[in-house]
Amino acid sequence: MKKTHSRLTDRIATVYFWLAGLAIIGILGWVLYDILSKGLPQLSWHFITGKPSEVSAGGGVGPMLFNSFYILFLSLIFSLPVGIGAGIYLAVYARKSRFSDLVRLSVEALASVPSIVFGLFGALLFVSWFGWKISIVSGAATLSLLNLPVLVRVTEESLRSVPSSYWEASLALGSSRWQTIRKVLLPSAMPGLITGVTLVAGRALGETAVLIYTAGTAASRHFPDFGLKEMGATLAVHLWYSGSSSLAPDARQIAQGSSALLVLIVLIFNLAIAIPGRIIQKRLTGGK
Amino acid sequence: MTETSKIQVESLNLFYGEHQALFDVQLGIEPHSITALIGPSGCGKSTFLRTLNRMNDLIDSVRITGRVLVDGEDIYSPDTDVVSLRKRVGMVFQRPNPFPMSIYDNIAYGPRIHGIRKKAALDEIVERSLRQAVLWDEAKDRLNKSALGLSGGQQQRLCIARLLAVEPDVLLMDEPTSALDPISTLKVEELTGQLKEQYTIIIVTHNMQQAARISDTTAFFLNGYLVESSDTEKMFQTPSDKRTEDYITGRFG
Repeated sequence: MKKTHSRLTDRIATVYFWLAGLAIIGILGWVLYDILSKGLPQLSWHFITGKPSEVSAGGGVGPMLFNSFYILFLSLIFSLPVGIGAGIYLAVYARKSRFSDLVRLSVEALASVPSIVFGLFGALLFVSWFGWKISIVSGAATLSLLNLPVLVRVTEESLRSVPSSYWEASLALGSSRWQTIRKVLLPSAMPGLITGVTLVAGRALGETAVLIYTAGTAASRHFPDFGLKEMGATLAVHLWYSGSSSLAPDARQIAQGSSALLVLIVLIFNLAIAIPGRIIQKRLTGGK
Repeated sequence: MTETSKIQVESLNLFYGEHQALFDVQLGIEPHSITALIGPSGCGKSTFLRTLNRMNDLIDSVRITGRVLVDGEDIYSPDTDVVSLRKRVGMVFQRPNPFPMSIYDNIAYGPRIHGIRKKAALDEIVERSLRQAVLWDEAKDRLNKSALGLSGGQQQRLCIARLLAVEPDVLLMDEPTSALDPISTLKVEELTGQLKEQYTIIIVTHNMQQAARISDTTAFFLNGYLVESSDTEKMFQTPSDKRTEDYITGRFG
């Protein structure tokens, strides 16, 4: 009696987990299909590289595409050194103390702040107080604030996942802490770090709420324009703008094309970082 | 005795927070000898070993009183450079812990850290260290392969070679064969016998036959006290303390 019961529940559990797995794949497939089937026909060389048009049909997204990467690049320049540094501090240097607890608590709290709040904060701090106007640099600085806590956590976690025996072995050979971090810890943590940074970057590429009030919804008329103080609408912001308040008659098509482009870019971006990352990791671990 | 000792430990007490793990340990260790530390699990022998190159510093709550002299210098005095201490007093751990790098890079890791950059010099150190650790013949054709591909016994000898490459005076070994099969164990034991010519070796072991086979001096720890230390032969034939006798005849532990 007992036996058949446990066999039945085991069956039910198996079926349930299979269904859950299939549901996830199904939802993902459906979303991708919907976005790509509507968006891919809109994509053309002219659309991808062309300048946007405010009121007439046939505008492109070239400057927005450029701004997406430019702002991402700038924000990583701000946030990577600080985020990784703080992560190393928490994983290696921080003894258990009130101060390190406070740092960790702040990181947790910052990571859970909604991005629109960061956007408004950035608008107050960088746009008004610093007088940087609504610009690429304001957007990048605000975006890096959003990324920072995630980077700290990713770094700390990937360093903690390195076996402590490496740490002991290196110190027992007479190396300093910094030598150990640079030559053993960071290389061993590299796969985790690369994955983490890729996730952060992918999220940043799709971020809108942070950028609407800080980088703006319009892009420079020149293309490509590296000016830090130019308006810096990104592809994701342009998508939001086209879908909500654009005056262009083909706004709907632009939005669909932008969605497909954004999805493709994030996919390509992940692959472009993940594959070289694997190769570096292989070389560092001597091919195993 | 004090003048000839490589390591002299005087009134050493060690605390993990409130808990005292070592009580008033006194021990002198002769150069070019093998000293075995034996005792039941949790008796403090590994903790004692780790005081000798200050690996216990890595644990926040550890506090130490007393003196540990290496070549006559107190390694717990405030002006001791821990990094150069660990270069002189190296350590092999219980579980083989090669870095996830090639065999060559594992051995060259220490020399590189200590400033040797020239390829020819590194090549020579790598070969010499691997030969000393009796691993050269097995490893010479795969120096650029990952060290993680070696067997457990080979990995442990690699770790010993990695340590020899930084040319320490003292080798601390924390149960170096406990994770190895009998043949690998024998190889590591033979190796320690050869290394004694050039190095002072202190080895923690659970295996009493091992202590009897390879060591010159044996020290028996129990509950944080150093109960007895003497010539290995004398210790195993005529122990002077009842507790030592009980332990080595297998009555407890």
